[in-house]
Amino acid sequence: MTFGLLADAAGLSIVKIGVMSALVFTGASQFAAVGTVVGGGSGPAAFGSAMLLAARNTLYGPVVGRALPESIGGRLIASHFVIDETTAMSSVQSGDEDATDAFWFTGIWLWTFWVAGSMAGAAIGSVVADPRTLGLDAAFPASFVALIAPHLRTSPARFTALCGAGLAVIAIPLTPAGVPLLVAALAVVPGAEFARRRSFDRDSGRRES
Amino acid sequence: MSWLVISAMFIGAYGFKALGVFGLAGDASTGLARRLAPLTALIPAALFAALIVVQTVGADRALSIDARLAGLVAAVVAVSRRAPFVVVVGAAMAVTAVVRALAG
Repeated sequence: MTFGLLADAAGLSIVKIGVMSALVFTGASQFAAVGTVVGGGSGPAAFGSAMLLAARNTLYGPVVGRALPESIGGRLIASHFVIDETTAMSSVQSGDEDATDAFWFTGIWLWTFWVAGSMAGAAIGSVVADPRTLGLDAAFPASFVALIAPHLRTSPARFTALCGAGLAVIAIPLTPAGVPLLVAALAVVPGAEFARRRSFDRDSGRRES
Repeated sequence: MSWLVISAMFIGAYGFKALGVFGLAGDASTGLARRLAPLTALIPAALFAALIVVQTVGADRALSIDARLAGLVAAVVAVSRRAPFVVVVGAAMAVTAVVRALAG
């Protein structure tokens, strides 16, 4: 629902919003793309930020592998539903059959509510007069605060977020809209280095004690 | 946002998902995915942090402190109290709207 409201504020028609939710079906990427457009970013910049977030779904394939059908056709269809939630729900099941049920149940219900909710949000958004008087522009950063929270559980992640925010502040005055996001994505490099050193310190500490 | 961008996003997003389901079976690609995993795991933290900054203080190639910042503070408070998504967004909108009305 929130996505539909925000996408409507970004100037997308209700049809585009519905089709996008049905086909792209990766919440974080869709929020990022629409957010880029609202910030004045170009289509390619929106696509770039969406794809950076979509890349992590690749890592879920091996995790949900046991829950997916054997046939190629079945796997082609199942691929569409390989996202954060279905991976999480099926990976906590102990039996393979339970994992399969959890994967399809979560996937199909989420997809249905995601598409219906997006279009409902778009319909509500289109009858609202001036989005700015309602503070709708603050809805974007607020939704990202909610989305980032589960990703900040480790200290390397918090370090990466700080680096990303810092890079964005530097890049905003220097680059066209949308580009600061792509610049900020480079924060994963110092972030991964931070994580590597921490695990190295922990390992050597264990050896000494 | 054009249909072209939406189509490209569909192809890209589906491609990444299917790559994981079909492509990561071989040893070489599993190794590559394992090496890239520390980086991809951190992408949401970096990108969402940047999105928050851009949409709170960004204004057409300049930084601007305005009512949106008050809304962001409300969102952070709501998230830290484990409020549901709709409440987080609603609180931020309400605070921003009130601050903007008072300031304007």
